[in-house]
Amino acid sequence: MLGMWTFLITEVLFFGGMFGAYAVYRNMYPGAFASTSRYMDVVLGGTNTAVLICSSLTMVLAVRAAQLSKRKDLILFLILTMIFGSAFLGVKAFEYHSKWVEHLVPGFGFQYEHAPEYLHPAQLLFFLYFCMTGMHAIHMIVGLGLLTYLLVQAVRNQYNEYYFAPVEMIGLYWHFVDVVWIFLFPLLYLIGQRH
Amino acid sequence: MSTHAHAPGHAASGQHHTPVPKVRTLVAVWAALIVFTFLTSWVSEIELGEWNIVVALLIALTKASLVAWIFMGVRYSTTLTRLFCVAGLVWLMILVLLTYSDYSTRGWTYQAAPWSTNKSAGSSLK
Repeated sequence: MLGMWTFLITEVLFFGGMFGAYAVYRNMYPGAFASTSRYMDVVLGGTNTAVLICSSLTMVLAVRAAQLSKRKDLILFLILTMIFGSAFLGVKAFEYHSKWVEHLVPGFGFQYEHAPEYLHPAQLLFFLYFCMTGMHAIHMIVGLGLLTYLLVQAVRNQYNEYYFAPVEMIGLYWHFVDVVWIFLFPLLYLIGQRH
Repeated sequence: MSTHAHAPGHAASGQHHTPVPKVRTLVAVWAALIVFTFLTSWVSEIELGEWNIVVALLIALTKASLVAWIFMGVRYSTTLTRLFCVAGLVWLMILVLLTYSDYSTRGWTYQAAPWSTNKSAGSSLK
């Protein structure tokens, strides 16, 4: 368990580097960063936040089911967690597609007609947006892979009240990925919404 | 992780006697997280100037603490695990604060401060 926490600390610093870059560039180009918020869909971002929170609840209920040797509940909650995780990735894919259609992918025909003076710094924000949400999405995909493993093992009746450490550890990882999104949502979607 | 002990009464690898959380507690935390999500979205619509980001980050920090404390079981964990948690936060703060303070003060180097004894440098800024 402590090993998992140690790994998560390295993950905190990994994402922390990108959050630091975000803070620095935001300070350098406040106007450009504020001008990008009109392209961020708060409803989709908020929905995804809620979806991830639901997946964290089902994950912790899965750990609880394992602790109580309730195999059927464990399988049910693992499947629910995977459904919520996939729903999140689906919404994310839809958002990425909209960004592509609106020419907001930096370096690939980026267009910024409503505020051409911010053409370059605005690309920085979209670059950070794709880096941060992209790395987050990759973590989600890895998490879904780990959940698949848990599901297979749960079906094979490998977990019970005496042995459920893998469920607990992958649960920690899943919650961590949720926490990263909890910070990404206000920083990328909410800040500068009023302008 | 490799030990698959099924024999009852045998404390398998990695087991620490974590109390089983109540479903009511877990659902309450979930509800609080959803409420905070709505709250942060609602507050972002209000013009608070510089305070918008402060409020948004405080709400995010509260949500993250709830997840860590209950969902990730820090509440039931050992002092050592809690120490690891805090260490992670401290290192994150070193990373972000030092980087940010470097970049945000780079332009300061050659500006004469109001209290500077070098009056000519101060007046030349006007």
